[in-house]
Amino acid sequence: MIAVIDYGAGNLFSVCNALTYLNIAHTVTKDAKELDRADAIILPGVGAFPAAMESLRATGLVDTVKANAKKKPLLGICLGMQMLFDRSDENGDCDGLGLIAGEVHRIPSKNVIIPHMGWNELAITQDSPLLKNIETPVYTYFVHSYQAFCDDKNIIAYCDYDGKIPALVTDGKFVFGSQYHPEKSGEKGLQMLRNFEELAK
Amino acid sequence: MLAKRIVPCLDVRHGKVVKGVNFEGVKDVGDPVACAAEYNRQGADEIVFYDIVASHEGRGTFLDVVRETAKQVFVPLTVGGGISTVEDMRQSLRAGADKISINSAAVKNPQLISDGAEIFGSQCIVVGIDAKRDGKGGFTVYANGGRIDMHVDLLKWVEEIEQRGAGEICLNSIDTDGVRGGFDLEMLKAVCARVRIPVIASGGAGKLSDFATVFQETDATAALAASLFHFGELTIPQVKADCRSKGIPMR
Repeated sequence: MIAVIDYGAGNLFSVCNALTYLNIAHTVTKDAKELDRADAIILPGVGAFPAAMESLRATGLVDTVKANAKKKPLLGICLGMQMLFDRSDENGDCDGLGLIAGEVHRIPSKNVIIPHMGWNELAITQDSPLLKNIETPVYTYFVHSYQAFCDDKNIIAYCDYDGKIPALVTDGKFVFGSQYHPEKSGEKGLQMLRNFEELAK
Repeated sequence: MLAKRIVPCLDVRHGKVVKGVNFEGVKDVGDPVACAAEYNRQGADEIVFYDIVASHEGRGTFLDVVRETAKQVFVPLTVGGGISTVEDMRQSLRAGADKISINSAAVKNPQLISDGAEIFGSQCIVVGIDAKRDGKGGFTVYANGGRIDMHVDLLKWVEEIEQRGAGEICLNSIDTDGVRGGFDLEMLKAVCARVRIPVIASGGAGKLSDFATVFQETDATAALAASLFHFGELTIPQVKADCRSKGIPMR
């Protein structure tokens, strides 16, 4: 059973539609006990960083998420991925969950359109169970204005948008984050969600 | 590098897919959910649903179509037609749309663009435009499906759209729509030169090479077509293969 954290994120509905379509057992919850019981956790997210962290804190789940991230797979999607890092300066400084070392800042290039929106190709730099059975080239769907800055060792794949944008990241153990939306990335995105379920077993 | 997008548009009336030619004459080509699922299978990069009746009574049926599609189609969905308030936007997003396309309502009340961008984010707000040559070397903006000349200069309008925080422009040329002689390259070039937000080309696709041409000749980031795809004259994989063979990045 995968627990999808319910803290008012805008893409919760799409993520659940994809899980339902894939027949992946899941529950939408803000109950700490359900997170403790789950085999894996998904942290969705769309919108601004401080508002999302505030909503997550309001559920009282921050410590539960951090504790579970040490022992079961956790996938953060889009803003949920950014929240895995130490901090962001979107609308002022705000602490994240600190599960992956790094920070979130606005996409620095002045030569490209912000938000970075559309299908971009992944440059895969590390093997990952999340990319199993997915043929290259892999294009995934991005919508964001801020990006992570972290060590290469945490990057499974990045994309090029007049600069390197971490697209799929990990702490090297249980924590994963995708800047793109696997639930909107067609068949290859769905395969990543299937792969995440495999990890949960 | 971002891929250029191929976007099929499904015009929906009373829960069925239709396509008007030059906005008149309508042929039923079936179930919208099945059509969207087929486009998803073919590799559409995004799917647009347009509610052409946009009546208060028909709204529920239309949103049901969006809701059902969102359960089976896992690429971005854009919803347009009859959206004139923030509440209309919210309803469409709740039904599973990723983006909202506003057209006439935005010309009549530009504040709607600012409000939508503020509340839901720029990435959600697409402003659709129907424009036509004004006979004096410029272009003018029309409302109500191309029926009413708003006497608004197209290039001033696109600047305002960008400044108010829209995430994208979908530019439909009334001059080329339904004519099938290719996209309106002149109008697209003029608009792309004025704004930095992405511009979707719409209206006029008639043959395979029209898609590669619009990406080679203009800065449009996506190309939209309806009847060409519905009637199976061209498939999305054919269009993408042609673009790819000409060095255009495609998913």
